[in-house]
Amino acid sequence: MVEMMYREALRRALDEEMQRDPLVFLMGETIAERGGSYKVTEGLWQKYGSRRVIDTPIAEASFTGMAVGAALVGCRPVVEILFVDFAMLVMDQIVNQAAKIEFISGGQGKVPMVLRTQGGAGNGLAAQHSQSLEALFYHIPGLKLVMPATPADACGLLKSAIRDDDPVIFIEHKLLYMTRGPVPEEEFLIPLGKAEIKRPGRDATLITYSHMTLKCLEAAAFLEKEGIRVEVIDLRTLAPLDTETLLDSVRRTGRAVVVHEACKRGGVGGDIAAMLMEQAYDDLDGPVLRIAGRNTPIPYNLKIERACVPSVEEIVAGVLSIL
Amino acid sequence: MALTPPAGDPAPIAEPILLGIYRNIYATRRFELTCIELYRQGHIRGYLHPYLGEEAVAAGACAALRPDDYIVSTHRGHGHCISKGADLSLMMAEITGKATGYCRGRGGSMHISSKQVNNLGANGIVGGGIPIAAGAAMGIMVRQTDQVVVAFFSDGASNNGVFAESLNMAGIFRLPVIFMLENNHYAVSTPIECATGCCDLAGRGPAYGVPGICVDGNDAVAVYHETLRAAGRARRGEGPTLIEAKTFRHGGHHVNDPGLYMDPQALAEWKARDPLTLMKQVIADPSKTRIIETEVESELEAAVAFALRSPEPDVAEFIAGIPEH
Repeated sequence: MVEMMYREALRRALDEEMQRDPLVFLMGETIAERGGSYKVTEGLWQKYGSRRVIDTPIAEASFTGMAVGAALVGCRPVVEILFVDFAMLVMDQIVNQAAKIEFISGGQGKVPMVLRTQGGAGNGLAAQHSQSLEALFYHIPGLKLVMPATPADACGLLKSAIRDDDPVIFIEHKLLYMTRGPVPEEEFLIPLGKAEIKRPGRDATLITYSHMTLKCLEAAAFLEKEGIRVEVIDLRTLAPLDTETLLDSVRRTGRAVVVHEACKRGGVGGDIAAMLMEQAYDDLDGPVLRIAGRNTPIPYNLKIERACVPSVEEIVAGVLSIL
Repeated sequence: MALTPPAGDPAPIAEPILLGIYRNIYATRRFELTCIELYRQGHIRGYLHPYLGEEAVAAGACAALRPDDYIVSTHRGHGHCISKGADLSLMMAEITGKATGYCRGRGGSMHISSKQVNNLGANGIVGGGIPIAAGAAMGIMVRQTDQVVVAFFSDGASNNGVFAESLNMAGIFRLPVIFMLENNHYAVSTPIECATGCCDLAGRGPAYGVPGICVDGNDAVAVYHETLRAAGRARRGEGPTLIEAKTFRHGGHHVNDPGLYMDPQALAEWKARDPLTLMKQVIADPSKTRIIETEVESELEAAVAFALRSPEPDVAEFIAGIPEH
């Protein structure tokens, strides 16, 4: 194991895949010489040149559409959309094109592209640079959706996403880029669609993903001191959803809490709660609880921004309320 | 950078190419008329946007391409697919929603594609295919081959944001793409003069450093020459071209639109310059065109028979293929 930052782990994944496959190339805004706003692509332009690390104008709809076209002719493009908020400019290309082409062509066309982007609140970036919009993509059949929480998952999942033959939306979290963690030294892949039990427990199941995984682990550590053992499941991939791991855990613990930063209304948590209710009702000792972001745009002021996103204290209180 | 004038005194075209163009114009004309008939009989559902009157654009452009070149098509896309060399039976089976169609009955008229002939697909979103074409051209650059891409789209699409963005992208990266703007003068029912303040849409090319050329879209030979020139430039790494092919729909937006809003005088004038008649005059040998017509008729008859006897997709098999989560 080596210790590395989340953004370094992402860079390693891009580097290894570009090394392995000459059809992998990158497109995005200021990703080339400058290395990207979050420094994920640093050094890759110097290594692979401007034919494979391409700075685009600020024209998200067309460069995302171009990734669809390049994927259709056999390449494996990875586009970087600076903020998930800006992905709203590319929804036609993602929803109507990338997600549909394999289906409407009867399997003739494949769109092996990755759209990397980042979301989440926490840096005082206000309402148009802080959203958690994964539910929009989660809702669309034909897309895969990955939201890693740790450096190792970021590396192994991005490599799998690049090799996958379907369009993959890969959402990073802006507060994770500088976090550190152990990553295997030798090359490794993490399969899409597999959740991970980040901390085993028997009293309740916390189901989460992305940055909230860190908060859930903190909450679980706190609860352990009170003698409550909470299992923390990091979904890692939201679509396809690893229902098996979730159901297996909930059948053991009898209690479930879904935690996400995105606002509660229409969120992924509601779908997971409904799935657990439908498929594990008899094993549940109480209703599935959702702890999620408030139904509001994210404000600029840090103090009120913090109030929009679930805290460790809220997660602890939530677990205690259902035991 | 002003508009580029169309090539003067172009070299003569070999006869097989001319006959091929005639075949594709005739096949498209007859295919569309047959589709309208099948629609009226209930064999075709949904939207059907005939390419009647515009056949020379696809036939001329595709004749200038190699089989390994790509096209990106539109909701009015049968002519593009036919002219790129697609099989009429597999097309007809798709348009009638059969399991044997190019897209296994999942796409239909509006989404027809054919990997076999490098047709990357028709599109239900006006303008949606333009960045895809630019991206296919980017893919060609990454793969370092000398293929080219033709993006077919309409005057309507040229007012959409992705058109401007894609033209700009193609200009920056000198992408091997030909933007084939089929100006049929109507965006659904809105006449072009109500949808733009400019007259020659090709003029938008030079604004992005992309050569722009206006061509008579009912003259397949003229379209062929301009496409061939543009393809040559693209293959040599000299970048994209915007070709505006001026043409006219022979009817409404789709099969159930009588097109009553269309200017009857303009329609009559354009119909007097029917691309099929014009191409027949170019060949000027009725015995040769008759052979082609006979061949097309029997191909089309076989296509309809194949489509009508083909099975529909199996519901259980379809559902079994859908993941639960």
